[in-house]
Amino acid sequence: MSAVTRNNRNGRKRARFTSGPTGTVLRLVFSLAITFFGLLLVTFLIGRVLPIDPVLAAVGDRAPQEVYDRVREEMGLNLPLWQQFFIYISNVLQGNFGQSVLTANPVLEDIKRVFPATLELATLATIIGVSLGIPAGVFAAVHKGKWPDHLVRIIGLAGYSMPIFWLGLMGLLIFYMKLDWVAGPGRLDSFYLDFIEPTTGLMLVDTLIEGDTDLFWNAVSHIILPASILAYFSLAYIARMTRSFMLEQLSQEYILTARVKGISETRIIWRHALGNVMVPLVTVIALSYANLLEGSVLTEIIFAWPGLGLYITNSLLNADMNAVLGGTVVVGAVFIGVNMLSDVLYRLLDPRARR
Amino acid sequence: MNTQTHISKPGLKNWLTSDTPQSRFQAQCGRTWLGWIKFTENKLAMVGLSIVIGLILVTIFAPILAPYDPLAADLTNRIQPPGAEHWFGTDQLGRDILSRLIYGAQYTLLIVGLVAITAAPLGLLVGTAAGFFGGWVDAVLMRITDIFLAFPKLILALAFVSALGPGIENAILAIAITAWPPYARIARAETITVRKADYIEAARLQGTSNLGLIIGHITPMCMSSLVVRVTLDMAGMILIAAGLGFLGLGAQPPMPEWGAMVSDGRQFLLEQWWVATVPGLAIFVVSLGFNLLGDGLRDVLDPRGGD
Amino acid sequence: MRKLIAGLVMGTALATAPMMAQAETPKNALVMAFSIDDIITLDPAQIFEFSGAEYAGNTYDRLIGFDNEDVSKIHGVLAESWEVSEDGKTFTFKIRDGIEFASGNDLTAEDAAFSLQRVILLDQSPAFILGQFGFTAENVKDKIYAADESTLVMEVDQPYAPSFVLYCLTAGVGAVVDKEEVLAHEVDGDLGHEWLKTNYAGSGPFKLNKWTAGESLSLTANEDYWDGAPEMKRVIIRSVKESAAQQLLLEKGDIDIARNLEADQLASIADNDDIKLLSKGKGALWYLGLSQKNEYLSNPKVREALKYLVDYKGISETILAGRSQIHQAFLPEGFLGAYNENPYSLNIEKAKSLLAEAGYPDGFSVTMDTRNTTSIMAMAQSIQATWAQVGINLEIIPGDGKQTLTKYRARQHDIYIGRWGPDYQDPHTNASTFAWNPDNSDDASAKPLAWRNSWDAGDLTAKTDAATLERDDTKRAEMYVDLQKQVLENGPFVIMFQETEIASMRGNVNNFVLGPSFDNNYYRYVTKD
Repeated sequence: MSAVTRNNRNGRKRARFTSGPTGTVLRLVFSLAITFFGLLLVTFLIGRVLPIDPVLAAVGDRAPQEVYDRVREEMGLNLPLWQQFFIYISNVLQGNFGQSVLTANPVLEDIKRVFPATLELATLATIIGVSLGIPAGVFAAVHKGKWPDHLVRIIGLAGYSMPIFWLGLMGLLIFYMKLDWVAGPGRLDSFYLDFIEPTTGLMLVDTLIEGDTDLFWNAVSHIILPASILAYFSLAYIARMTRSFMLEQLSQEYILTARVKGISETRIIWRHALGNVMVPLVTVIALSYANLLEGSVLTEIIFAWPGLGLYITNSLLNADMNAVLGGTVVVGAVFIGVNMLSDVLYRLLDPRARR
Repeated sequence: MNTQTHISKPGLKNWLTSDTPQSRFQAQCGRTWLGWIKFTENKLAMVGLSIVIGLILVTIFAPILAPYDPLAADLTNRIQPPGAEHWFGTDQLGRDILSRLIYGAQYTLLIVGLVAITAAPLGLLVGTAAGFFGGWVDAVLMRITDIFLAFPKLILALAFVSALGPGIENAILAIAITAWPPYARIARAETITVRKADYIEAARLQGTSNLGLIIGHITPMCMSSLVVRVTLDMAGMILIAAGLGFLGLGAQPPMPEWGAMVSDGRQFLLEQWWVATVPGLAIFVVSLGFNLLGDGLRDVLDPRGGD
Repeated sequence: MRKLIAGLVMGTALATAPMMAQAETPKNALVMAFSIDDIITLDPAQIFEFSGAEYAGNTYDRLIGFDNEDVSKIHGVLAESWEVSEDGKTFTFKIRDGIEFASGNDLTAEDAAFSLQRVILLDQSPAFILGQFGFTAENVKDKIYAADESTLVMEVDQPYAPSFVLYCLTAGVGAVVDKEEVLAHEVDGDLGHEWLKTNYAGSGPFKLNKWTAGESLSLTANEDYWDGAPEMKRVIIRSVKESAAQQLLLEKGDIDIARNLEADQLASIADNDDIKLLSKGKGALWYLGLSQKNEYLSNPKVREALKYLVDYKGISETILAGRSQIHQAFLPEGFLGAYNENPYSLNIEKAKSLLAEAGYPDGFSVTMDTRNTTSIMAMAQSIQATWAQVGINLEIIPGDGKQTLTKYRARQHDIYIGRWGPDYQDPHTNASTFAWNPDNSDDASAKPLAWRNSWDAGDLTAKTDAATLERDDTKRAEMYVDLQKQVLENGPFVIMFQETEIASMRGNVNNFVLGPSFDNNYYRYVTKD
């Protein structure tokens, strides 16, 4: 009885919210707006309860009191909290994220500068992670329970267990200091810093645009270590998920049929089975990519990588709240965006999900 | 399961593996036993379990095991290399690194323990409530969950620690705040699958309150997947705690927290590599232990989640 | 263009080096790792940070300067000569002929007057350095003016000690900016401030090429510099926060100079023959601030006991090895009137009896707000261990720099361990913060260090003011020695060390200059073998 009533209730609800594509879009937009608003509110509140005086970053420790008071007023800090928040939100809605105290630049401009550094690192790391992780996962699945499976499992779990700041330090010690295989911290050797004008902000791309192969290889030698270290983590995740998706596929009937038909094992594994798991894998890869894009704070610190994570952290420790808020919005947008994208891809690629 | 072979044997094992359990209790014990058998077959999981047990033992017996006072500074005896007197050498204040590692174990255990018992129940509560009530409760709770999910974990933890002031309690709180959203999601998913089940309806017809339904009937259904997830996450918590310690926002000096020890040691990375290497290895081994254990538990408790 | 410069600078270095080369920096470029993320502005009227001061010191000229080795010798820079009127209230400067700004504009007395007026009108953090001579936004245009093309006149409100006025003009606020260029970028009457925050309008030996906040700062040589063009055509400063990373870069030859190595890194590079060190005593002091709001710390016996409870020698030989010298008076060595005796040393027994006299034979518990950088934390822990020996339980509260400072400025600390750097080269800069506190109430308008520690300086405030008006330098020096002795005895400060700055350089770098403050660290004389 009551089960029936509840079904009815659900039925009504569905009718109200998903009446056609417009409804879906509206609902999506609405929930996005709420999420962003919440994100801003939480960040804003954190910023205001932070026991760090934002005026200090602007005037320094030794400024006389009158200057301090004047700047405090200029920053709007003498207004009630709700008013400060209201002003901030209305500025953001007009596309104005304010100015960073630390860099004397508009926050948006700063983010345009630092985000590509993170993007480049995350993208390269994901490429490495995918190109090693998927084969490793397939390999493990095919040899389930045998030593290759255990090996992949151990390597994967070790990846999950490694403190990244420590791995980064060890990497620098061994591959830069002792073996001299890669370049040190930073995106380029220090004296090259001047010679590259950011076009895309992606060092590897910019150097190629300039047609300067020396600079390009220099950039490669700098990015390869931090990217590999980040890649290890996405590799571990991707390999594990690939393995479990593959195992599911390999036990399906169509695989048996294919085997009976005499299709070669290689083809079965790499074409049929892997082809079918690509859809859920896209989601997995997108998730790990989104995580890397959030800026790996610790990696960026160890490698003096001027990316988003470092920018937000540094701003936070100086109570440079416009910068923190701007950075958080970008991170949130990336996270939500990538999630939605993988959702859409999933729907597009997987016929079952279209229902 | 090839438990058939055991059946002929008499005694406790027989009782545990009986095909016809006489009581609910016996059945439950039997299930646990089977799970344990399956778990012990997984060598890696056993390694993980022994690491975790080892960690607990080291925590308990720290005063007996540690050769020196972990806090006793001796500036004349700074950064000594590993040797007979100091197995892992000494740090920048001349303190014995081995003793600091041993005492540091308790902070690691404290952090994961406290985070697990705060974040998991919170996530469980939010998730089951959202899943059970549906409608606007679900919408509101899940929006909040999404907001917290959309933050980068370490930055959120960092912000909270800066707001609350550095220190181990606040680090724990901050990690708990970042850790609960996934649990809420898992609990919600599990709740949705069971909330229409007949036995829930039956209980409801008997007049059980909503709260009673959630606590008595729904929560237990979420437990196994939650336990697996929490165990797997423990490694992650250790790493975040170490990261906060590394950034100087975790445990306060002179507490021998491992992340802070790595951070201290990076000064000497080039010449005195052991100062940073040893505590880093400790973090690695312990979080690997939790990962192996969680992995093994997953195979037993939540076969769908794994392979 | 970029290609051309790149070619010029890197030239042979690259031709011979393999692709992922063991880097060696170009012969005519200086590459430095330096923690420069404190720079928040490039406008000399606003710069008040250490690395910002160094930038301004190398890119802007001032009217006068002092000898780095003997600061009592003041010499002209943009000013050829100067005169002080009989009554001590009018200063007249004769500006050197034929100097051009980087823009090509001629530098005249008008530019100098505008620059000083601008400091007062903009009223940014360092403006008080000039403002203390009676200049206000209303009167500054009448008090500081160009009498003609090459004559600058400055009228102060009282017959100050001439050395006091002159030293203040050697500070960053004395930098001369290009009036025409700056006003060309004026927005809403801001005197070009917004623009100059990230741009350049000076006449110094180097000019700004590019500043990327928190990442790098690069300068190019001013080929037409009136006092000789620098040999280094480029100076590239890379912001590297991690001192371990700086050491790596230096040992690998990726950089020429590492500026922020800690004691242990210095020890570990000591046996590297490719690296040499340059050190210079700086004005910054390491000290403990004892809040007089705390019942234990307000006891004079306890204050005295704590002064005996620092392992001065141990810390300066290990944690701060080579980077500090023991110094206990508030004027750093090298300043006019500095008192260089250090009466206190570690003495547990003496401290114990003092504590017993104070009524705390078993000690007490206090907290110390501590910035979480390596050396401060290590110092704090050493002090913690020493104090434990007399039963004082010291709880260290670590925090990021801004965080501990926020608490300190709000008078919410028990003890603050910190570093104080003088604002200019005159003794008044430190006297006016350690020994001067006109109003000790919570809502006072002036908040010197004495105020932050809730210390009523008594008659020292008046004595400090009097010292600024003493025109005889010998007598003036005596007044400061007296002030220092009294603070040393009764003050709520345990001043411990004077900082030594160390630049670690590749062996082929010569003539890098470190001065007593960051304003006087010069790149223009550097040559490379």
